[in-house]
Amino acid sequence: MGEDTESSKGNHSFLRDYVTEADVISTVEFNHTGDLLATGDKGGRVVVFQRETVVGHKPKGELDQVGETGESGEYNVYSTFQSHEPDFDYLKSLEIEEKINKIRWLPQQNAAHFLLSTNDKTIKLWKVSERDKQPEGYNLKDEEGRVKDISTVTSLQVPVLRPTDLMVEVRPRRVFSNGHTYHVNSISVNSDGETYLSADDLRINMWHLGITDRSFNIVDIKPANMEELTEVITAAEFHPHHCHLFVYSSSKGSLRLCDMRASALCDRHTKLFEEPEDPGSRSFFSEIVSSVSDVKFSHNGRYLLTRDYLTAKVWDLHMEKGPVETYQVHDYLRTKLCSLYENDCIFDKFECVWNSSDSVIMTGAYNSFFRMFDRETGRGVTLEAWRETSKPRAVLRTRRIYTGGKRRRGDVGVDSLDFTKKILHMAWHPEENIIAIASTNNLYIFQDRVSPDTQGPDLGSDTI
Amino acid sequence: MFPKGTKRKFSDSREEPVAGGEDVNQSSLAAVRMLSSYSLQRQSLLDMSLIKLQLCHMLVEPNLCRSVLIANTVRQIQEEMTQDGTWQIMTQALSAANAAAQCSADRLVATEVLCRQTEAAQGEQVPKPFPVVGSEGCPAEEVLEEEEAAAAEVGMTMSTVSPQAPTSYLPGTFGMDPCWEEEETGEDDDDDEEEDSEECGSGSEGEERERDSLVEDTRTAEQVFGTFEIKNPAPSPDPALEELFSDVDASYYDLDTVLTGMQSVPKMGPYDLLESLSSHGPSPLSSSTSCRSDLNELDHIMEIIVGS
Repeated sequence: MGEDTESSKGNHSFLRDYVTEADVISTVEFNHTGDLLATGDKGGRVVVFQRETVVGHKPKGELDQVGETGESGEYNVYSTFQSHEPDFDYLKSLEIEEKINKIRWLPQQNAAHFLLSTNDKTIKLWKVSERDKQPEGYNLKDEEGRVKDISTVTSLQVPVLRPTDLMVEVRPRRVFSNGHTYHVNSISVNSDGETYLSADDLRINMWHLGITDRSFNIVDIKPANMEELTEVITAAEFHPHHCHLFVYSSSKGSLRLCDMRASALCDRHTKLFEEPEDPGSRSFFSEIVSSVSDVKFSHNGRYLLTRDYLTAKVWDLHMEKGPVETYQVHDYLRTKLCSLYENDCIFDKFECVWNSSDSVIMTGAYNSFFRMFDRETGRGVTLEAWRETSKPRAVLRTRRIYTGGKRRRGDVGVDSLDFTKKILHMAWHPEENIIAIASTNNLYIFQDRVSPDTQGPDLGSDTI
Repeated sequence: MFPKGTKRKFSDSREEPVAGGEDVNQSSLAAVRMLSSYSLQRQSLLDMSLIKLQLCHMLVEPNLCRSVLIANTVRQIQEEMTQDGTWQIMTQALSAANAAAQCSADRLVATEVLCRQTEAAQGEQVPKPFPVVGSEGCPAEEVLEEEEAAAAEVGMTMSTVSPQAPTSYLPGTFGMDPCWEEEETGEDDDDDEEEDSEECGSGSEGEERERDSLVEDTRTAEQVFGTFEIKNPAPSPDPALEELFSDVDASYYDLDTVLTGMQSVPKMGPYDLLESLSSHGPSPLSSSTSCRSDLNELDHIMEIIVGS
């Protein structure tokens, strides 16, 4: 993972800020146990981090005090591999970017780990396995693998497995290609462990993990006349427990829950979740800011979390007429929509995540800020993922945007927000309060440390 | 964000002779200013949206979601403008100006309106929207001139390379499915025209050929979402264009891309491409050569390029 180089301030600040385009992280995902963390970047590479197993690590639930038991399970690089290469569509004379759009881990079934990674067109299944033993003592081959001269073999030996340095091998096991005409934006592994879905702008396909030469189209919203196209699919996900249910979001701000038992082609939704538009606040940008950029089922499967440009919403699966909770992520941008439209920032797609107990939701914003909302109290907090202001293992302090009233020290004015520093991709550990935040080409990992001095949890940071 | 004309407009309305009671006129002036400010905002938003729809990275398919959202915004503005009559006023004004145009006034006007830029903005707006290339061969060549002008101004690129195989790039960059049926052209319905003439190019006024090329209204939305089929471009009726692009063939661009492994490289200008090819002195190809045919010539060019 590339890191921006530190240079002396002043004359060389432009060098310091220079980021190789290929190193920009485009997706982050924990596996099902949280021991592995995968990131994908614009250059088509995947980097997998593994959490250190710490001797004397206290079981989860107890206080984890820094310094007493040593490292509290840091994440270190486990494996790096090139997942996708740049490609070229000869028929259309267009490039196919190698940028990894999404990574999803499969539930672990044996010693090996499997993950799906996708770019705009092709999904690949990768097997990540360890090898720490090597057979030695072959009769017909020598140590380097060359064939021995038969005359030198005088006795038979049984090859034995000897421990070697740990090697992590990554191999592509399946390549699911030619399934999509448009750009793949989501993949989601089904709870049945056998299938997964992939969604592009107009269609959703279901694949079997073992079959690469065909997929089943389950949603198709492409109009017969492309002139009539007004809505696209922006995200899709399978229900965490019910293998027949999935949801997809659209650029018009609606969510559709589909039941695959109802019909083979799920063009007709089972449930449509839509919030009626407030006629008073209608503007030319209403539709654009209502476009859903990410949708996630809660871990318990009862709620949906969606992110549109200005808000994050929680929906109850049993109530279609509107969200049950709405959180303002950066409402101060509402008056700046025209400029944000001009510089294309209004089309940024932010992700959103649940914590393990579904009590907290988190999403990103600009200026390296990200927001966490406690669903019980309804309160939100702004945090910053920026190495200049946080040292490793320092406690994160909350930030504030100044929007009027009394200005406190440390408040950031709306006009001084850096819109190039966007937190689009993030992940929350499935069981613990550990979060991974991608900020351009840097990955920040924050862990929850319950300090004996303060009341509530505070976050310590590790920067990778 | 607003074109420079805003302030002038404000002071212009102030300078208007005030007849009768000043108070009454003040409040009505204020209302007028608010309305004109709103319609200026709306107009600038429309212009911005049209530019966004046209400016697309030619190497990679543009984001369909973004294109759809922008197109919906344009539609919304057009509907509103039709409702408050602004659309009619503009179309009438322009139809009067385009009396000599070859094609039907309604369609011309509609496309012209869409392509219209405010006087003030025209000079300063850097990326001129270039006309979307027709997917059927015929008007493609007429579009070339416009694109050339636009490209010359901005150093814009891919699009001007494409004209030889007009269907190759611009429509294709939206990367959608083909099967475009041409809409019937007889309708005078403004709404229809809005729908159809969602985007087009042309910054300059008063050029007949440009007008012709802009009557792609039936294809404008198509170009936004339409696919991309490699078709044979019809021979160009314009000798100047013919000459300029005679030795540029889109297939070469493909080759260049493939050979040089260009990835997210900023677009090459038409002159860049011409330079790179002219140095090897390729034999001029007629514009009617399709990408697929004439592999011998492709081989010949490849040899030249690879051999150098």
